[in-house]
Amino acid sequence: MQTVQHNSDPLVIGGHTFTSRFILGSGKYSLKLIEAAVRDAGAELITLAVRRANTREHENILDYIPQGVTLLPNTSGARNAEEAVRIARLARELGCGDFVKIEIMRDSKYLLPDNQETIRATETLAKEGFVVMPYMYPDLNTARDLVNAGAAAVMPLASPIGSNKGLATREFIQILIDEIDLPIIVDAGIGRPSQACEAMEMGAAAIMANTALATAGDLPLMASAFRKAIEAGRQAYLSGLGRVLVRGAAASDPLTGFLRD
Amino acid sequence: MENQFFVDSEYLSPEALSRKHQLETDPASRTDHMAYLPGMERIQSDVMDKVMAQMGAYEPDQYTARDVEAALAHETCSIEDFKALLSPAAEPYLERMAQRARLETRKHFGNTVYLFTPLYIANYCENYCIYCGFNCYNHIKRMKLNAEQIEHEMRVIADSGMEEVLLLTGESRSMSGVEYIGEACKLARKYFRMVGLEIYPVNSDEYRYLRACGADYVTVFQETYDPDKYETLHLMGHKRVWPYRFEAQERALMGGMRGVGFSALLGLADFRKDALATGLHVYYLQRKYPHAEMSLSCPRLRPIINNDRINPRDVHERQLCQVLCAYRIFLPFAGITVSSRESAEFRNGIVKIAATKVSAGVSTGIGDHESKYTGQESGGAEGDEQFEINDGRSFARMYDDMSAEGLQPVLNDYLYV
Repeated sequence: MQTVQHNSDPLVIGGHTFTSRFILGSGKYSLKLIEAAVRDAGAELITLAVRRANTREHENILDYIPQGVTLLPNTSGARNAEEAVRIARLARELGCGDFVKIEIMRDSKYLLPDNQETIRATETLAKEGFVVMPYMYPDLNTARDLVNAGAAAVMPLASPIGSNKGLATREFIQILIDEIDLPIIVDAGIGRPSQACEAMEMGAAAIMANTALATAGDLPLMASAFRKAIEAGRQAYLSGLGRVLVRGAAASDPLTGFLRD
Repeated sequence: MENQFFVDSEYLSPEALSRKHQLETDPASRTDHMAYLPGMERIQSDVMDKVMAQMGAYEPDQYTARDVEAALAHETCSIEDFKALLSPAAEPYLERMAQRARLETRKHFGNTVYLFTPLYIANYCENYCIYCGFNCYNHIKRMKLNAEQIEHEMRVIADSGMEEVLLLTGESRSMSGVEYIGEACKLARKYFRMVGLEIYPVNSDEYRYLRACGADYVTVFQETYDPDKYETLHLMGHKRVWPYRFEAQERALMGGMRGVGFSALLGLADFRKDALATGLHVYYLQRKYPHAEMSLSCPRLRPIINNDRINPRDVHERQLCQVLCAYRIFLPFAGITVSSRESAEFRNGIVKIAATKVSAGVSTGIGDHESKYTGQESGGAEGDEQFEINDGRSFARMYDDMSAEGLQPVLNDYLYV
C-alpha cells in the first residue's frame, strides 16, 4: 500500500524521480547513520561533504553508499561562489554524479548561508549541467533569483543548523512553498519527527535532516519515526487538511451573506 | 610542586652563562616586552583591549554556586556565565558541566574526532623562554631538516594514513626563515590534504605567502595572557614581544588563512584568568572575522630535556577538564585539540566530552619519524624533543581506539580551494 501511494506521488528534482521524501544531511559523519537512514528512514538521497570524503584507504565514505542511493555532494567549507564551484567540480571528478547541494557560509558560528553568493554559484553550476540544490536563508526574492539561475529545488533552513529547534522560519518557508514552483526542501534545524511532519503538512516537498538522527539515543528507531512523520505530513498535505489549518478556519456566518444578487 | 626553571648547561661559555644569569636575575637587563621590534607589523585592532579589560576585571573567587547554576541553566553562555564556569565555585559541578559540554559537542560535531600529527622540521631557537626545551640556552641536539629530509618524513607520516599535518619549527627567523617554511608547505601539499602551521608569529604579508604555499591554518600559543608574568618567562628574543604575539591570529586572518588556533600554556600563571582570556580572544576575533574557523588547545606544562621538574602546578586533570568544558559551553562552534602532552586515559575520556581533535603518532623531535614509526635506526641524524609527550599512541592505534570509544575518526575536513 505504501508503494502505491509513493508511486503516485513521486518527488521530482531536476528530472530525477524519488519515492522517499527524506534526505540525509551530512553534518554528523557516521557510517551507522547512513545505514539507519537508508534502511529505516528510506533515504534515497544522501548528502556527502566532499571536504570530508576520505578518498584514501581509510573508510572511504563512497564505499559505504548503498546501491540505489543517489549521492548529493555538498560544498560545505566554501566561503564564496568561486570556492563552491570548485568543490562542485571536484565532486563531479570524484565520480559523485551531477547533483550538488550548494552550501556557502561566511559565518563559522551559526553556519548561516550566504544567499547572494549562493545565487552566483547556482547560476554557474546550473549552466554546467549540475542538478543544483541551494541551501538558503528563506527569502522570497532570493528564491526567485535561484529559480531564474537554474536551481532544481530550493532548500530553506528551518532554524540554525544542528540546533534541532524546528520551524523557526515557518512563515517565510510557507511563502516559498506558496510562491515558488520548484520543490521546497526544508533543511537544517529539524529536530523532531513532529517538526518534520508539520513542514510536510505545510507543503514542503521533502525534509533534510541529520543531527536529529545522529544525536538520537536509538538511531534506527528515530530514523523510522522520521519516515512515518514525513509520510503522515505528506498525506495530510495531499488530503487538504494542512491547507485548511494554515489558512485558518472559515467564519461560520459569512460576512457576505447579505448580498442578494 | 613549584617550578624551578633555571638550569645551567656546562656547555655554555662563561660569557653566555653570565648573560643568562643577568637576564634571569636583573629585570632591568631585559628589553621592553610591550615594545614592537623593527619589522614587526602593527595593526589597528580593539581585540586586545577588550580581552585585557575583561581579564583585568575577572576575580574568579567572587563567583558562587548560584552563578554556576545560572550559567548552566542559560541556553546561551554569556561572558559572565563563562567566568562563573571557570571559577573555583564550578568545581563541584564538573560532572554537570561535562554533560552539558558533551551535548554541545555532539550538536556541533556529532561523534567525530579529527586526527592529525605534528611534524617538527627544525628546533633552532633564538629565544630564552625558561620552560621550553628548545630555548637557546638549553643544551640539546639542534637540527634543521633539508627539503629531502622533510619529504622523507612526510612520506613516512603519509604512509601511516594521516591526511593532516601540523608543521612546526623552533622560533628562529635566521635558521628557519619564512621561505624555508614556505617550501616545506609546498612539499606538505603533495602528501597531505590539510596543512597547519605552528611557527613564530609573522607579518600578514608573510602569512599570505605561506597560505599561497599551501598552509591554511595557523596556531599560535600566547603561553600566558598576563603580560607581567609573560615578561618573567620569556627573557630574550622576538618572542618576548607580547603584543606582536597576541595579534598573530588576526594578522594570519588578514593574510587569508582559513582558520586560527589559540592557546595558553596552563600552569605558567593564573590558569583561570588565562583560560578566560583565551576564550575571549577567540570570541572577539570570531565576531570580527565571522567566516574564520577557530580552535583552542589546552596544553599544560611538561618536563623538558635537562629539566624534569617542570610541571603544571595547580592545573590537575580535574581543572583541565573544567577549563575544556567551559570552553566548549562558551564556544560550542570552536574546535578543541588535546595533544599528546596528556595521557591516553585523559584523551580517551575528553574526546567524549569536549575535544574534537587529537594528535597521534607524535614526535616532538626532529627527523625521527622513521625510527619512531618503524624502529629502524636513523643513523643518529635526529634533533631533540621540545617536551616529553605522555600519550605515544600510533596513528593506527589511535584510529582503532577512537573507533572503540564509539567515535568516528575523520582524517580531513577541508579542501584547499
